[in-house]
Amino acid sequence: MITVDHFAPLLEVRGLRKSFAGVKALQGVDLVVRPGEVHCVLGQNGAGKSTLIKTLSGAYQPDSGEIFWQGNPVTIGGPVAALELGIATMYQELDVVDGLTIAENVFLGHEQATGGLLHVASANARTEQILSRLGHGEISPRMEVGQLSAANKQIVSMARALSRDTRLIIMDEPSAVLDSQEVENLFRVVAELTAQGIAVVYISHRLAEIRRIGDRITVIKDGKSTANGLSVADTSTPELIRLMTGRDVTNIFPAATPIAADAPVVLACDRLGVRGVFSNVSLEVRAGEVVGLAGLVGSGRSEILEAIYGARRSTSGTVTVNGTVLRAGSVEAAVGAGIGLSPEERKSQGLILDEPIFKNVTLSSFGRFARGGFLNERRERQAAREQIEALELRPADPDLVTRTLSGGNQQKILLARWLVHGTAVLLLDEPTRGVDVGARAEIYGLIRRLAEAGTAIIVVSSEIDEVLGLADRVLVISDGEVLTTTNSNEIDEPGVLDLVMRGSAA
Amino acid sequence: MSEQITQAAPPIPQTHVAPPGRLKRALGGSVGRNLGLVIAFALLFLVGTLTAGDRFASFDNFVTIIRFASIVGVVCVGMTFVITAGGIDLSVGSVVGLSSVVASLTAVQLASAQSSWLLIVVVALAVGTLAGFVNGVVIAYGGVVAFMATLAMLVGARGLAELISNRSTQIVNNQGFLDFFRADLLGVPILIWIFVVVAAAGWVLLNRTTFGRRTVAVGGNAEASRLAGIKVKRHMVYVYMLSGLTAGIAGVMFLGRTTVGTSTHGTLLELDVIAAVVVGGTLLIGGRGTIVGSVLGILIFSTLTNVFTQNNLSTSVQNVAKGVIIVAAVLLQQRFASRGSRSK
Repeated sequence: MITVDHFAPLLEVRGLRKSFAGVKALQGVDLVVRPGEVHCVLGQNGAGKSTLIKTLSGAYQPDSGEIFWQGNPVTIGGPVAALELGIATMYQELDVVDGLTIAENVFLGHEQATGGLLHVASANARTEQILSRLGHGEISPRMEVGQLSAANKQIVSMARALSRDTRLIIMDEPSAVLDSQEVENLFRVVAELTAQGIAVVYISHRLAEIRRIGDRITVIKDGKSTANGLSVADTSTPELIRLMTGRDVTNIFPAATPIAADAPVVLACDRLGVRGVFSNVSLEVRAGEVVGLAGLVGSGRSEILEAIYGARRSTSGTVTVNGTVLRAGSVEAAVGAGIGLSPEERKSQGLILDEPIFKNVTLSSFGRFARGGFLNERRERQAAREQIEALELRPADPDLVTRTLSGGNQQKILLARWLVHGTAVLLLDEPTRGVDVGARAEIYGLIRRLAEAGTAIIVVSSEIDEVLGLADRVLVISDGEVLTTTNSNEIDEPGVLDLVMRGSAA
Repeated sequence: MSEQITQAAPPIPQTHVAPPGRLKRALGGSVGRNLGLVIAFALLFLVGTLTAGDRFASFDNFVTIIRFASIVGVVCVGMTFVITAGGIDLSVGSVVGLSSVVASLTAVQLASAQSSWLLIVVVALAVGTLAGFVNGVVIAYGGVVAFMATLAMLVGARGLAELISNRSTQIVNNQGFLDFFRADLLGVPILIWIFVVVAAAGWVLLNRTTFGRRTVAVGGNAEASRLAGIKVKRHMVYVYMLSGLTAGIAGVMFLGRTTVGTSTHGTLLELDVIAAVVVGGTLLIGGRGTIVGSVLGILIFSTLTNVFTQNNLSTSVQNVAKGVIIVAAVLLQQRFASRGSRSK
């Protein structure tokens, strides 16, 4: 795939170090990027990837270490200096301005103007050129960015990089906000960029993606690069995981135990529907069973969970827990009946980030720790401590501020919340989003343990393999309809995708 | 797509809300957070003593300062809950006026001088709570932004007070009522006792009860609270009712202090109240509130006024100083906040 000279590095980083108030974020990182390659940077949470990116994009100044650009030593004094060298960065939180047009965003910071008067027409024309270069000639440069999808905002971000003479684009988890089809388009664009000799530093959770588009890999662990420029084709997945985590992770999905034939049905939905979103969803979850909902973003899978939980008012059908029909659109009724939800957006929908762990753990049940309205915080702390110790949240300190915890630990807080409350049904929406590989295995194990203890569980994930790996039974959903219900060992990821594609075409 | 690896984030130093241990907990808690306010308070005292001597540093003058703060201070307690819950109540000043007018009319027209003066109190509190209820319902169930809903109440309640009173001043002649508010307890005027009781009750309510926990949770993350099973809308109505209730109490206090009910009572009170609460350390975006801070905030303003008056400086100069203090205090707070848990 690479058509450019392999041997003259575009960017070379040697012995990069950076500390924040005594915390060593980078302690010797090397990185060599060649023109026209897709260079993947791998590492767990807190390994130092973000610090590395920010150093290369000029947001941070390194404490020591050397950076060479096309063979010459350089210092990247700020974001503008990085852009002038030809390094553009696409951050995870898309840094586009919603109120401006696409062209205005693309030329933000380097507007084409004479004496302060903007050349609107020429900016639009140039933006149009760049967009068609990215395979999106159909998007008008005059459109307001606020009206675009996340995928198209990403295109704008890329167009901005190309509006300058960019030689290297750093992409920080570009696929995190995209669905499968949009990811395909992203890969196509990346291939076009590299064909033009532009190098891409690609950061992603997803090993499968790296296998698809990556050329070489640099692995960072604890602020140090533990492997440099490994060939993607010649490195096995277990080897990569070992390099990242320092230990062997062989099977991350725990084996499912068979459910007793007489296990009672805990949760039943009968022809549940929300007008305009999904319809006729019927499902049963028995005690100890994990049921997965597989489907693309926008298929209605999260909305089904919300309707079961009462966070979204259903317009037809019923939800029954242990034989009792729940009032539609009432979270209190659902919680009262023993349903717990771990929402999709952990930070914005699940946690009060500036409150300590224990208050987040008891958020659904603090009334139980009160007498006559007066809270007993000592008992609350105790109850929270018991759960977070059982969930192996480290450090098991109930007074830590929730914001400072890793994604995996924050997910455990949500599980602890429902363990303290006591739930018969647990709805898990994207339980491992932003959770690193080691913690993922732990959370999978916890979910399985909860099921074995008799909880009925529904899992939704945009990662189809996760749904298949965790669940006993899978419902494949497309456009708000259940296409099929099957045992998870009777279908694989291509099978699910095939169903989804055919389902939405029909 | 089989195994996955996560994104790197720079290591975040982990912070405690309240470190264990009693002294440490006290320092990490309200005392430590209010240290800046205590220092500002001490400085004001020093300036007052140096410039006005015994006229300032006397028991009688301290009583004057606190009594001056007491009416606004009571409203600050209610406002602390509203702001902590992520709302705002601009209507408190007008509600004070309205409740004082309705209560004084009740005293003059319905109840004779002999009837129980408690009726006056109950009427005022009911009017305040009702206004808060309307605010809460419009905001929580009507989906109107709190700023606009309470702005409408600010205008509307003042107008209603003028209509009801016909812009005239009602003199309260209920002897029991007047005697109660003229009285002292242990040498301290009754207005101050009311302030103390309301502030103490507010502190307990915010820090020790499920109501307080809900208030902080809703202000910290309303969506997460809703999904955790908290009745967010209903709770917001309660919070605005509490704010209205404190405005009603303030209306009674105005009646007691001035012996008259008029629609102009409490004009622009909301500005002092919001300033004191925010200067005190309650986050304007919600999720964190401090009654102790609010009390210190209003005491600082009233001490400032006292020091300036003792030195014969005009109210215009006072207002300029107040403005400077508000900005300085909020700037300082942001420094403290960014060193704390909001590192990211």
